[in-house]
Amino acid sequence: MPEIRKIKLVLEDGTTFEGKSFGYEGSVAGEVVFNTAMTGYPESLTDPSYEGQILVSTYPLIGNYGVPGDEKDENGIPMFHESDRIHISGLVISDYSFEYSHWNAKDSLREWLIQNKVPGIFDVDTRAITKVLREKGTMLGKLVFEDEDVDFYDPNKENLVAKVSIDEKKVYGNGKHKVVLVDTGAKYNILRCLLRRDTTVEVVPWDYDFTKDDYDGIMLSNGPGDPQMCEETIGNIRKAIDIEKPIFGICLGNQLLGIASGGSTYKLKYGHRAHNHPVIKAGTDTCYITSQNHGYAIDQESLGDEWEPLFVNINDETNEGIKHKTKPFFSTQFHPEASSGPTDTEFLFDDFIDLIEESKK
Amino acid sequence: MQQTEKQSILIIRHKMKKDVKKVIILGSGALKIGEAGEFDYSGSQALKALKEEGIRTILINPNIATVQTSEDIADKIYFLPVTPFFVEEVIKKENPDGILLAFGGQTALNCGIKLYEGGVLKKYNVEVLGTPIQAIIDTEDREIFANKLKEIDVKTPISLAVTSVDEALKAADEIGYPIIVRAAYTLGGMGSGFCNNREELINRANNAFSYSNQILVEESIKGWKEVEYEVVRDAYNNCITVCNMENFDPLGIHTGESIVVAPSQTLTNSEYHKLRELAIKIIRHIGVVGECNVQYALDPNSEDYRVIEVNARLSRSSALASKATGYPLAFVAAKLGLGYGLHQLKNSVTKTTSAFFEPALDYIVCKIPRWDLSKFTGVSKQIGSSMKSVGEIMSIGRSFEEVIQKGLRMVGQGMHGFVANQPIKVEDIRKELEEPTDQRIFAISEALQRGCTVNEIHELTKIDRWFLEKLKNITDHQKELERYNSLDELPDEALLEAKKMGFSDFQIARLVLNSPSNEMEKNLLAVRDHRKQKGILPVVKQIDTMAGEFPAQINYLYITYGGSAHDIDYEKDGKSVIVLGSGAYRIGSSVEFDWCSVNALNTVNDQDFRSIMINYNPETVSTDYDMCDRLYFDELTLERVLDIIDLETPKGVIVSVGGQIPNNLAIKLYRQNVPIMGTSPVDIDRAENRQKFSALLDDLGVDQPRWSELTSVDDIFDFVDKVGFPVLVRPSYVLSGAAMNVVSNKDELEHFLTLAANVSKEFPVVVSEFIEQAKEIEIDAVARDGEMIAYAISEHIEFAGVHSGDATIVFPPQKLYVETIRRVKKIARKIAKGLNISGPFNMQLLAKDNDIKVIECNLRASRSFPFVSKVLKVNLIDIATKVMLGLPVEKPQKNLFELDYVGIKAPQFSFARLLKADPVLGVDMSSTGEVGCIGDNYYDAVLQAMLAVGYTIPKKNILISSGPLRSKMELLNSARMLKERGYNIYATGGTHRFFAENGVETTLLYWPNEEKSPNTLEYIRNKKIDLVINIPKNLSKDELKNGYRIRRDAIDFNIPLITNARLASAFIYAICKYDITDIPIKSWDEYN
Repeated sequence: MPEIRKIKLVLEDGTTFEGKSFGYEGSVAGEVVFNTAMTGYPESLTDPSYEGQILVSTYPLIGNYGVPGDEKDENGIPMFHESDRIHISGLVISDYSFEYSHWNAKDSLREWLIQNKVPGIFDVDTRAITKVLREKGTMLGKLVFEDEDVDFYDPNKENLVAKVSIDEKKVYGNGKHKVVLVDTGAKYNILRCLLRRDTTVEVVPWDYDFTKDDYDGIMLSNGPGDPQMCEETIGNIRKAIDIEKPIFGICLGNQLLGIASGGSTYKLKYGHRAHNHPVIKAGTDTCYITSQNHGYAIDQESLGDEWEPLFVNINDETNEGIKHKTKPFFSTQFHPEASSGPTDTEFLFDDFIDLIEESKK
Repeated sequence: MQQTEKQSILIIRHKMKKDVKKVIILGSGALKIGEAGEFDYSGSQALKALKEEGIRTILINPNIATVQTSEDIADKIYFLPVTPFFVEEVIKKENPDGILLAFGGQTALNCGIKLYEGGVLKKYNVEVLGTPIQAIIDTEDREIFANKLKEIDVKTPISLAVTSVDEALKAADEIGYPIIVRAAYTLGGMGSGFCNNREELINRANNAFSYSNQILVEESIKGWKEVEYEVVRDAYNNCITVCNMENFDPLGIHTGESIVVAPSQTLTNSEYHKLRELAIKIIRHIGVVGECNVQYALDPNSEDYRVIEVNARLSRSSALASKATGYPLAFVAAKLGLGYGLHQLKNSVTKTTSAFFEPALDYIVCKIPRWDLSKFTGVSKQIGSSMKSVGEIMSIGRSFEEVIQKGLRMVGQGMHGFVANQPIKVEDIRKELEEPTDQRIFAISEALQRGCTVNEIHELTKIDRWFLEKLKNITDHQKELERYNSLDELPDEALLEAKKMGFSDFQIARLVLNSPSNEMEKNLLAVRDHRKQKGILPVVKQIDTMAGEFPAQINYLYITYGGSAHDIDYEKDGKSVIVLGSGAYRIGSSVEFDWCSVNALNTVNDQDFRSIMINYNPETVSTDYDMCDRLYFDELTLERVLDIIDLETPKGVIVSVGGQIPNNLAIKLYRQNVPIMGTSPVDIDRAENRQKFSALLDDLGVDQPRWSELTSVDDIFDFVDKVGFPVLVRPSYVLSGAAMNVVSNKDELEHFLTLAANVSKEFPVVVSEFIEQAKEIEIDAVARDGEMIAYAISEHIEFAGVHSGDATIVFPPQKLYVETIRRVKKIARKIAKGLNISGPFNMQLLAKDNDIKVIECNLRASRSFPFVSKVLKVNLIDIATKVMLGLPVEKPQKNLFELDYVGIKAPQFSFARLLKADPVLGVDMSSTGEVGCIGDNYYDAVLQAMLAVGYTIPKKNILISSGPLRSKMELLNSARMLKERGYNIYATGGTHRFFAENGVETTLLYWPNEEKSPNTLEYIRNKKIDLVINIPKNLSKDELKNGYRIRRDAIDFNIPLITNARLASAFIYAICKYDITDIPIKSWDEYN
């Protein structure tokens, strides 16, 4: 076992949790959020939506199955990660497994954090931290080593999307349908889900004007931060709405589509980050368990006349998706591509392809 | 939240779809291996769910000790056998709209299937609520089930039926080695085994074909991970998986025999969700409405999998999942059966969020089975594909090290965790690891102590390295602790780390202070004081189903060192009353103490007190979080109970309703100034301590069998010379075999002492006079300040010598002299006074010719409290609890002479599950459960009770081997009656001759070892016998030859067996006097 240094988590309100370091030994600041998922730390850590955030895992035993390698599939996409690097700023857990065990593991979580220069703290009461966040709302925080303090930092004041988006357009696959994937911080599994459905996917930067390209459908991806920061993307979506080709948005994509259609968004008290959130399809008795990771939501009341809710969260009745009443535009606040999380709603990608086929007729 | 209230688009119709007003629910009957307390929990939940809807509920369950068969839970209760005949009669009488089959285990399900197949449900227009019955039938048949899953491309283990060695070889080539060969249609796995190559297969197949003309060649997935999912589906096709669980022991060991953790620990997201997705696909395809369990084998080296089993009903796993997550599966399943959608129900923990969600855990739970194999003679201790455990525990914590150590203490087999135990005796550690027994986990500990590597242990056990590494963390830290020799030397970090890894103060005392056993209590308290001074204290956490995301409205709690803040605030107002529960079900302590605990809680709840429960058995109702104000799902050790008392500062602690575990804690808690409610622990100790109790009896002038505590073999023989044979011998240290034995002569005594016991100053042996042909009497009573205020006297059908837990008990007594009853009452009064009892107590007495001797006295509730309370319709626990709370109680007006009906409590045995065990009764208990039936008279009740524990009325042929002369005489009249009723009696030599001399004609069958035809074994194996009565020749458990073979074959070939002459004659009288149709179909409330 390596020598273990002390590290602490300090929240904006001064609450401090002293623990032990198991990652990169450098202090860091960010926004502290919690996730209640019980599996999927390699996927979460590489999810660009976590950019700028210090992630608290409520599930206490982490690192059990190590971390898979970065092998690529036939399209050159890493098979087991959701992006090319870890996006979280820091990781907060209760019990770290120094010894891992899995046939598919290449590294320990600890080694991987160190390689990515991400600090980690363990042996802290993650449930107590979660309750603080639940009661007081998401707040800023920092992971600090004794000799190295840093200032608090609010990532939401930055354009995080610009930080995580690709620099230039890139094309994947060679399928029947041409889909533009607007990369506001897209998880690779959105790309994988599209490519499995006979598509050619053109991944474009967040501010790229795709309306001039030739395409069959638009996929608006997930991503970090406040949707209001993405003015350029919103402008492009407005143009795409006029073009009337199918649009499918996920997470941040849902919020951007909502804003583009005239709605507004607000910040949730402590967000939804979990694998167990129930949604109901509006006006039906059909429900799904979904994977979620968002701090902002669409204000359902603000939707224009042409739009209606598609899904609603059963627990807190927040918006979980919208659709246009007549045109082929829809989006979800949750993650139908899962990875990590439940796969119940992956059929929405089929629905999207159906819309594309419909619109081509 | 900016969500406006007025325009919620959630148009959820909160209404029940089905129009049902009266529903029958089937219970699971007596507790047995594989079907235990979990169904009391499931059934109670279902009844609660129906009651909420205003539906009238009719429960059929002869298990009188359960919580579900209590007043106010079901509207009507029938203590009748759960068999198609009786259920049809009840349907006829009650005319229900619906029936629930999924809440009473395999017993209820099998009965339901027969009713459906026999057209009974259709005939009386009774709708099966929940999963359609055909769907259930589809999952019960292996082949139909495999084909059903094939339709949706879900994999099951490949299995090919072949009829020749050539075909077998071809099949094996197709499947690939290693393979398993199973002989079809044989019992106990005869002829089955693994084959790694052609040669092994040829040998094995040749052997297997000698048992059966068809064999199955199956792919071997032994060593794969075993993972289970609990899946729920509603009538709207909405599905959730409430929980997944991973077996610590890989495939090859029955899930009931495995250590299990939840959630899974070694599965990646991709594996977890692949299996989850499959589970949902399966439940949709089968069409379950309600709950279902899917068991998988998962390749440890890829994502390949097989579905091993689907249970389309509530199960042991679903009860465990409910407790593990806080999600009330049975309750929800019952609601879904009424047509509700999951989204229309609320999460009963948060009360604000939806029941359509999947619990997020922020802790880990560990289930560990409890075996009692040492209670049986001859049984194999190996664990494998069939279940032998009799109970289980669940521990909750925030690291694997913590839960495994807590759990191993909870199992209650004298272990203090993973380390710091008395070393187990394993000669060949490799063999022990490769061919596991009930000691497996301790063998791993031993292996790590001896320096085996994780890889070596993994190779032998196939247990995932992750688990083994965690176990190694414990042994590593043990070594760290052993480096210190005083608490002052011990660094705080090492102490805190130890506590986080689940080390108890006891373990720390043993490792650091090297405490000898006689100073253990003092030293562990020294560790406790030291720890408290250093501020090293545990925290209390809530189980909230949402990992802290939403606040919980209930107090389902556990204690851990993996945290820094309590989840709840303490009032410190002295208004809490703590009830200590009964721990793991085991032989001798099961659901009856759960009933007692729940009833004590109910009484506390009715008063202005906060009720607190401490218990850790996931199969119980007392660990249901809505039974009390605060449930601590945690250890019943001195350390943990004191931790809770420090936080709660209660008014008092009730130690007398949870059986022996809390009873043993009483004096230790008392020494720490804990207020114990009821009888003073000093007096409890006077009853528990043999010497003190004996002296008290002498003072009171109450008789007892002569006994002595002896430290040498010579002394034992001297004592026996005085009292004469037979004697009851109770060693304090047992080498092998039963702990207690009755010996009838010098040879037996010598044999027993040399083989089974260690006799020395350190390990004295208690020898008591054994009175033959004596009646055994029990009194269950409540006293207040030494005055007996309520009591129930019952008698055993069997003569003394059969453990009271294995005896058939009659209440009110039918064959006791009034004089005897009066004297028993007098003695009880004297003892109540002598011990100044305030609360429940129980005594066992012997009566021979009105000569009465006390054999045991417990100042706590006993196994028979629910039985006598329900028959008498006077709740003795309610009275006792009121006494303990210091509330006024009126003496019940009713007494046993006024009952116009009879209750019989009969034991349930699980010998069929315990391969090779001798199914004979003795002074040590071996039954796993019981029923209690009520009848208009003695024989009516005997017949009901016997049918309820699985006996059938014999059709034609009865085999009798009647043992010693005394039992031959006992059975003579019974044999005459049987002849008169036209039965054929078959008898072994001695019995044949004796009956012939007395004018009863029988057909002679030869003993197994006579190897002549017609032979007893041949008749049993060909199922030509409908009932076997085999009375062992003496009271020793060693009679392992002829009688054993007859008894064992009767069990293995599923022929009812009676081994006690008194019980046999009672049963024979009953079947000769009554037909099954003579049994009145009367509910509990109809007996007045």
